[in-house]
Amino acid sequence: MKLKGKDLLGIEGLDREEIELLLSTAESFKEVSEREIKKVPTLRGKTIINLFYEPSTRTRTSFEIAAKRMSADAVNISVSTSSASKGETLRDTAMNLGAMRPDCIVVRHSSSGTPEMLSRYLSCPVVNAGDGAHEHPSQALLDMLTVRERKGAIEGLKVSIIGDIVHSRVARSNIYGFTKMGAEVTVAGPPTMLPVGIERLGCRATSSMEEAVRGADVIMMLRIQLERQSESFFPSAREYSRLYGLDETKLKNAKEGVIILHPGPINRGVEISPEVADGPYSVILDQVTNGVAVRMAIFYLLVGGAREEHHV
Amino acid sequence: MKRTALDDKAIERALARIAHEIIERNKGTEGLVILGIPTRGYHLALRLQKKIEEIEGVRLPAGAVDATLYRDDLGIKKDQPSLKRMEIPIPIDGKKVVMVDDVLFTGRTIRAAIDALMDFGRPLAIQLAVLVDRGHRELPIKADYVGKNLPTSQKEGVKVHLTETDGVNEVVIEAQQ
Repeated sequence: MKLKGKDLLGIEGLDREEIELLLSTAESFKEVSEREIKKVPTLRGKTIINLFYEPSTRTRTSFEIAAKRMSADAVNISVSTSSASKGETLRDTAMNLGAMRPDCIVVRHSSSGTPEMLSRYLSCPVVNAGDGAHEHPSQALLDMLTVRERKGAIEGLKVSIIGDIVHSRVARSNIYGFTKMGAEVTVAGPPTMLPVGIERLGCRATSSMEEAVRGADVIMMLRIQLERQSESFFPSAREYSRLYGLDETKLKNAKEGVIILHPGPINRGVEISPEVADGPYSVILDQVTNGVAVRMAIFYLLVGGAREEHHV
Repeated sequence: MKRTALDDKAIERALARIAHEIIERNKGTEGLVILGIPTRGYHLALRLQKKIEEIEGVRLPAGAVDATLYRDDLGIKKDQPSLKRMEIPIPIDGKKVVMVDDVLFTGRTIRAAIDALMDFGRPLAIQLAVLVDRGHRELPIKADYVGKNLPTSQKEGVKVHLTETDGVNEVVIEAQQ
């Protein structure tokens, strides 16, 4: 079994079979991280470049650990040290990195479509680690893995994604992923943060927090990106928290056994109350653990096989 | 073209003999662990565990050792083999591990499985039990317990079918074109 494409640019381009393959492979990789010697020789001699144009701790570390646990050499490039600050174009950066013959490039960028563009100049696999408000496929995969682990299956679940939908690549990847896997997805947030026409992706949209929480099996709270609030989408963090922050009172309407996900980093007391974030239904740290396994699976399936010639 | 080399009865007898040999060689069951290589080696390991229990009244720890991540052909094959289960039931330091597989052929899987096992600790010894040894070794590896030696040509395929996975117990030789 293998993935159909050379790259992992988004969940939109995967079919259900490929998502299942990624999830079951990731499930097997979880065991490696529980060993005393957390390393397998599978990607010995492979070079993986993490090219991050946006700050990230969790995702970059997770990709780096995944590469290292598979014995690949991981090289991290972050924007402050790269030549982007010296005026080099993205295309030139790609061509130069490509000339060093890496086996995979993981890229995060604030502009949607950057990984797709890079993949056209590079013969090695490109993995999207988040591009603008477009997609964040590895995050959606680790979310799906976490939900499948806790709930047994994704098919038929009611999944509510709540918060800043308009800026969220995590929301978009998860809408694609969970609907492909047969879940019923609802997105909720203040009307200013619900993109017009989001229903076309196959989900329901509502600005009622109560409606989103009622009957949900899975609630995914999104981060309010306070650093991106240059325009005002809501009057104040306090008002947002009162209306859309998840606390134990609002959670009473959810289904028994509901689980709470959050892609992190969390703003305690804004979109999620500390009691909920640390509560028994929170699977936030499982998500982080599963992130490493999912990224190992991505590398195994994209980089582990024979190198095919891709003409660029 | 296919012919049956071992039927249900013959497989049962071979496993019963191997179970006795394992106990005899190790002078009992002290410190033994049985680990099968998925998929069919794992089921054979469970059968050996049961047989040894019937003979000695001791239930040995049994599990699975998946060699996939240690294979030497990962960068050669176009499709990556799917990962199986790794299940090491107890710490293997100082234990005598009996590894179980269905068919011993080139020896490459066993090499990978030994490497995988070594990442979990330092066993006192590793022994190898196989249902069928079909020859054509490419590495200096030899089985300690063999159900049946089947001289084959490189062009033939040897398939082990077990009720757990295939609904039937048999070893067949298929002529490949």
